[in-house]
Amino acid sequence: MALTLDKALKGHSLTIAKLPNGDIKSQLIRLGITEGLTVSCIEKLPGGTIVLRRNRQEIALGSALAKSIEIVL
Amino acid sequence: MKTETIASENLLSKQKPTNGNSNKSGSRTKVVLAGNPNVGKSVFFNHLSGMYVDVSNFPGTTVSITSAQYKNYNIYDSPGTYGVSAFTEEEKVARDVILSADVVLNVVNSLHLHRDLFLTLQLIEMGKKVSVLLNFSDEVKKNKIKIDVEKLSQLLGVEVIETSAIKKEGFDKLDFAIENSRIGNCDQKVKELLSDTAKITGSEAEALLIKEGDVEVAKRHNSDPGTVDDREYLYIQRRNRVNNIVDQVEFENSTKGIIFSKLGRMTLNPFTGIPILAFVLLVIYFFVGDLISQRVVDYTENEIGVGIFEYNLKSLVADYTPSTITVEILGENDDVIDSRSFEFPQGKSENPELAEKFKSFSTKDGSVSDFVYENPIATLFFGEFGVLTMTITYLLFLLLPLVLGFYFIMAILEDSGYLPRLATMLDRTLNRIGLNGKAVIPIMLGFGCITMANITTRILGTNRERSIVTAILQFVIPCSAQLAVIAFLLARAGTVPLLIFMVTIFTILITLSTILNRLLPGESSPLLLDLPTMKIPQLRNVLKKTFFRAYGFMKEAYVWFFVGALGIGLMQITNLLSVWQNLLEPLTTNWLKLPKEAANAFIMGMVRRDFGAAGLFDIQLSAMQITVAIITITIFVPCIASFVVMLKERGWKEGISIWIGTWITAFFIGGLVAQIII
Repeated sequence: MALTLDKALKGHSLTIAKLPNGDIKSQLIRLGITEGLTVSCIEKLPGGTIVLRRNRQEIALGSALAKSIEIVL
Repeated sequence: MKTETIASENLLSKQKPTNGNSNKSGSRTKVVLAGNPNVGKSVFFNHLSGMYVDVSNFPGTTVSITSAQYKNYNIYDSPGTYGVSAFTEEEKVARDVILSADVVLNVVNSLHLHRDLFLTLQLIEMGKKVSVLLNFSDEVKKNKIKIDVEKLSQLLGVEVIETSAIKKEGFDKLDFAIENSRIGNCDQKVKELLSDTAKITGSEAEALLIKEGDVEVAKRHNSDPGTVDDREYLYIQRRNRVNNIVDQVEFENSTKGIIFSKLGRMTLNPFTGIPILAFVLLVIYFFVGDLISQRVVDYTENEIGVGIFEYNLKSLVADYTPSTITVEILGENDDVIDSRSFEFPQGKSENPELAEKFKSFSTKDGSVSDFVYENPIATLFFGEFGVLTMTITYLLFLLLPLVLGFYFIMAILEDSGYLPRLATMLDRTLNRIGLNGKAVIPIMLGFGCITMANITTRILGTNRERSIVTAILQFVIPCSAQLAVIAFLLARAGTVPLLIFMVTIFTILITLSTILNRLLPGESSPLLLDLPTMKIPQLRNVLKKTFFRAYGFMKEAYVWFFVGALGIGLMQITNLLSVWQNLLEPLTTNWLKLPKEAANAFIMGMVRRDFGAAGLFDIQLSAMQITVAIITITIFVPCIASFVVMLKERGWKEGISIWIGTWITAFFIGGLVAQIII
């Protein structure tokens, strides 16, 4: 089982390994989240909503979405 | 409201025949401001337009198109978007206005080149004439970031102009930007990929969108949309080019320069975020619920509205028509100290002596004058529910201060960047009822105006989410005007009624959304939200927003008030009102345990919700009766404007179902509570 984004903890630096298919993938790419990109997890809320940061940009992802994104720590 | 929807429909039909790039001779050049959310498009728009010409600006970002004339150009503002596409309804609005543009002024946030240049490259690939406004250039310097503007301009193949919307820097170059806009450097591979489709559509713009899988645009040209793979290929290529460009033009001198918003972080984490939310709500309560709806409105409505405006107008009418005027002098505790009745069978001007006595008696401290006219037409226009008396007082001296107060708060919330963070914090909670955090935005805005919030549901990802939020808005969320009247009545009733009211409404909210979540097919979309930097809103901008939105609201609302007042007045004269009261009597008196006059409130509530709640003012009610009446009127049907917009946005089937649903739920729940507490 590959590691997924919902397992990341606050403060982790992580690399996106695989994005889910479909419309959501295009939306992620558009916002700048691509496979191979390294980002940091700056917040993990109870319930699993994740906030990622890349340079100065902060992006919130719901837990269902986080579960479908594979990462490498 | 109407202007908005029509505006976007017109755009659509106008846009079809035009070839994206060329401007037909004789027509004015169409300049569209486009950019990601929160990059300051509207500031440029306001600057160029000088004033709002067509006010159709609604909260929850610009979900509509605003246009104005500037020199030889027609300038259009557009909703903020990360790219030209059709993932949400809101994006479709942006897409259509961008498609129709002759020139696109692309506003870019210098601090977020990675994010923003995606749209820029897409616009260039669409073959649009573009100029880039590199906004927040002052912030860049503050953060010790360097951007090689010349290099960026060279790589993109279009003009890049540094601006600071806040400091008004670079505004003098806007003409230059429009005049020198041109088609930029398009990737050769993309060009080849599009050449076949472009022959059919006549423009690269539409060809690109079709290749990217836009079903609607494909339909307009009877061609097949590209596959998801096609889109992904284009997106990944574009993303790579963006990253490549940013690497070449952006230099960070110090990693410490990165803005670190502590407050922004605190709003996300529930431990600090919930107290912050509680604080925000408390401030809103004190500002809108206490200061505006109690103190300010009390003064404007009673002193100015009734005391000066209505008194003088009614007195003037009494000069020429047979009337009876009862004047009561009230003491400190609203108890009647003195009372006199003046009869003028030929009108006041025929009996100057008595008129003079009336004048001196009715201008004493604490006096309240009740004018009764013999002539039904005079009653209709100038009587107690007079079209020209009560309605104007209500509109100008009650509703206007409230609406101003609420829009002020809403503008601050929007401009501060707080709402997306609130959405993130509440994401998990909203997941339970089939929504994601984004739904907080239309719901919060619904407390301002349901009608506008109905349109803001366009930012939501799926149809089922839009259905759930639309239902929540119509069933349980009271709008600002109604909220004020409710707050006013509840303040009279006490703490226990307030608690009963809140618990009941909250229970319905949970039940309703849980049922809809179970019943509606499909799945809701997960949260994916770009969080803007928290900042202190600019007062100037907030005030401007507040005034123009309030103006837009009043412009749309006033007609319904006059129509409603005329309707009620006519029903009163023709006795239809008592027929309606008697018809509903078993329901009102037995089931809801209210006096039968309360039925007026329901009829008025169909016109405007707040208008309905205001109908309860003149009836003597116990604290518990107030509670029941308010619960019923809150759940009861949305106002006419909101109903019409809901039908347009959600279709007649869903609209009518919700409308009938509110009738049933309002009386059922109201009665249930009545049976328990009265």
